[in-house]
Amino acid sequence: MSGPNLRAIWAIYRFELHRFRRTLLTGLLVPVITTSLYFVVFGGAIGSRMTEIDGIPYAAFIVPGLIMMSMFTESIFNASFGIYMPKFTGTIYELLSAPVSAAETVTAYVSAAATKAFIVGIIIFATAHLFVDLPVAHPFAMIAFMILIAVSFCLFGFILGIWAQSFEQLQVIPLLLIMPMTFLGGAFYSIHMLAEPWRTITLFNPIVYLISGFRWTFFGKGDVGIGFSIAFIAAMLVLCLAVVGWVFRTGYRLKK
Amino acid sequence: MASIITISGLTKSYASGFQALKGIDLSIEEGEIFALLGPNGAGKTTLISIVCGNVRPGGGSVSVAGHDIVRDYRGARSAIGLVPQELSTDQFERVIDTVAFSRGLFGKPRNDATIEKVLRDLSLWDKRHNRILELSGGMKRRVMIAKALSHEPRVLFLDEPTAGVDVELRRDMWKLIGELRQTGVTIILTTHYIEEAEEMADRVGVINKGELVLVEDKDALMRKLGKKTLTITLSEPLPDVPGELAEWGVSLEAEGNEMEYLFDTRAERTGVSSLLRKLGDLGIAYKDLNTQQSSLEDIFVSLVHREQAA
Repeated sequence: MSGPNLRAIWAIYRFELHRFRRTLLTGLLVPVITTSLYFVVFGGAIGSRMTEIDGIPYAAFIVPGLIMMSMFTESIFNASFGIYMPKFTGTIYELLSAPVSAAETVTAYVSAAATKAFIVGIIIFATAHLFVDLPVAHPFAMIAFMILIAVSFCLFGFILGIWAQSFEQLQVIPLLLIMPMTFLGGAFYSIHMLAEPWRTITLFNPIVYLISGFRWTFFGKGDVGIGFSIAFIAAMLVLCLAVVGWVFRTGYRLKK
Repeated sequence: MASIITISGLTKSYASGFQALKGIDLSIEEGEIFALLGPNGAGKTTLISIVCGNVRPGGGSVSVAGHDIVRDYRGARSAIGLVPQELSTDQFERVIDTVAFSRGLFGKPRNDATIEKVLRDLSLWDKRHNRILELSGGMKRRVMIAKALSHEPRVLFLDEPTAGVDVELRRDMWKLIGELRQTGVTIILTTHYIEEAEEMADRVGVINKGELVLVEDKDALMRKLGKKTLTITLSEPLPDVPGELAEWGVSLEAEGNEMEYLFDTRAERTGVSSLLRKLGDLGIAYKDLNTQQSSLEDIFVSLVHREQAA
C-alpha cells in the first residue's frame, strides 16, 4: 500500500455518519425545536418590543447567531464524542493498530462531525425561513463560513475528546466556556448596544468575531470588519491544527 | 522457515518509571504458533502492544514482514491482526458492518466474499445482522477475531484469547486456532494457562519481569515434561542409598524416609517394576508409592522463582 489510506478515511467517515443516523430523529428534531423556541421567545415575545438593530428586523438579526450557536455545540459535541467513545469503550485499540496516519484520523473524524454540524446549520437556516424574511447578501460566503466554522470547532471538539478522561470533562468546556461566550458574544444583540467598558471587554471574546462575520454574510454588515472575522477563523484553524499535530506526535492521552 | 517478526533489544519504560520490558530479543517464524507465557504484569501485553502499534516502543527495534514498526508502520500494521484481551466492541453496530469497517480501516478494498468466509469460519454468519450487544461474550470474542482477520493479515495476535471463557468455549477457541494455522497465518498468543500453550503452540516463550527467560520448542519442553518422579515412602529410613540400586540412580529425601526415582514414561522400559522387585529382594519395605509428572507449570514456576530470587 502506498499513499494515503483513503479507504480508512472513508470507513471512519461512514462509521461516524452511521452513528449519527442511529440518532437521526433526535439529532435533527432538537435543533428545529430549539430554533423555533428561540423564535417564539426572542423573535416573538421580545422582538415585537424591539424595533431594529442596525436597520435589520430583530427576528432576522438573531438568525446568524442562532445558527452559529447550534453549530458550535453540534461541532464540539459530535467531534469530541466521536473520538472519546472509542477511548471509553476501548475500541480505539483498532484505530491505533491500523495503518492509518494521524492526518487521516483527524480528517475522517473531523469531516464526519463537520458534515453533521453543517447539516444542522442548514436545517436551522431553513427553519428560520418559516418565521422571518431572511435576505442573504453573500450566499457563497455564508456556505464557506459555515464550513470553516464547522471544521474549526470540530477540530476543537476532537482535541477536547482526546483530552477528556470522563464524561464530565467532555461537557464542561462546551457548557462553561463556549455557551457563555456565545451568549456574550453578540448572538442576540449587537455589541454596539453595550456601554463601555463592556463593549471593549467584549472585543476580547473571539466568538464576537465569528458571529459578526457570519452576520456579515447575511446583511452585508457586522459588529466588526469582515477582515477581522476571517483572521480569527484562520487563527483558530491554525491553532487547532497545531494542537492536533502535537497530540499525535506525542501520543498524548492516546498511547502510553 | 523465514522469520516474520524480528524483535531486537526492545525496551519500554512507562512514564511512572516502571520498566515493563528489559531488552527483548525474539524471532517469530512464519506459519508457527508461538505462545507467550508469563504471570500477570510480566510484560506480555506491553510486548504485543508495541508490535501492534498501541504502545510506543522505548529502545530497540521491531520489524514485521520486513517493515520497521516505526519508520514503515503502514507496511508493518497491514500485516497484523490484533485481538486484544478486553472485549471492546461497538455495541450498537451490526456484526457484518463492524467487520467490513475493519477491512476498510486497514485500507483493503471491499470484498464481500472474504467477509462472508471470515464470518462463516467463525460461525458468525447466521448472526451477521445482529447487533453486537445481542451476542454472548464468546460470540463477541469471535467478532473481535473476525475484525482482526477481515483484512487477511499474515500475523494474528491473540492476547489472552481464553481469559474468562468457560471450558467449552476454550476448547472451541483452540479448535479455531488450529484451523487458522491451516490457512498459513502466523499466530502469537499470550496466556497464563500452561495447558493452552501445551495444547496449541509450536514454540513457547516465557516472559517474566520484562525479560524473556526461556524460548523453546514445545516438543523439547514436552520431552522434559515426559519425565516422572516416583516417590517411595519407606517404612524405615535408610542412612544411604544401597550400592545395589546404583543403576537406577535413586536418591534419598526427607531424611532417608523417601526414595526418589526419575524415569521417562516414554521409554520402553521405565525401570519401575525392576526397581520395586530389587527393593523386595533387598528386604527394604515401603508403605506408599507416588508418581508425579513435572509439568510445564513446574518448569514455569521454577523459572519465575529463580528470577525472583536473583
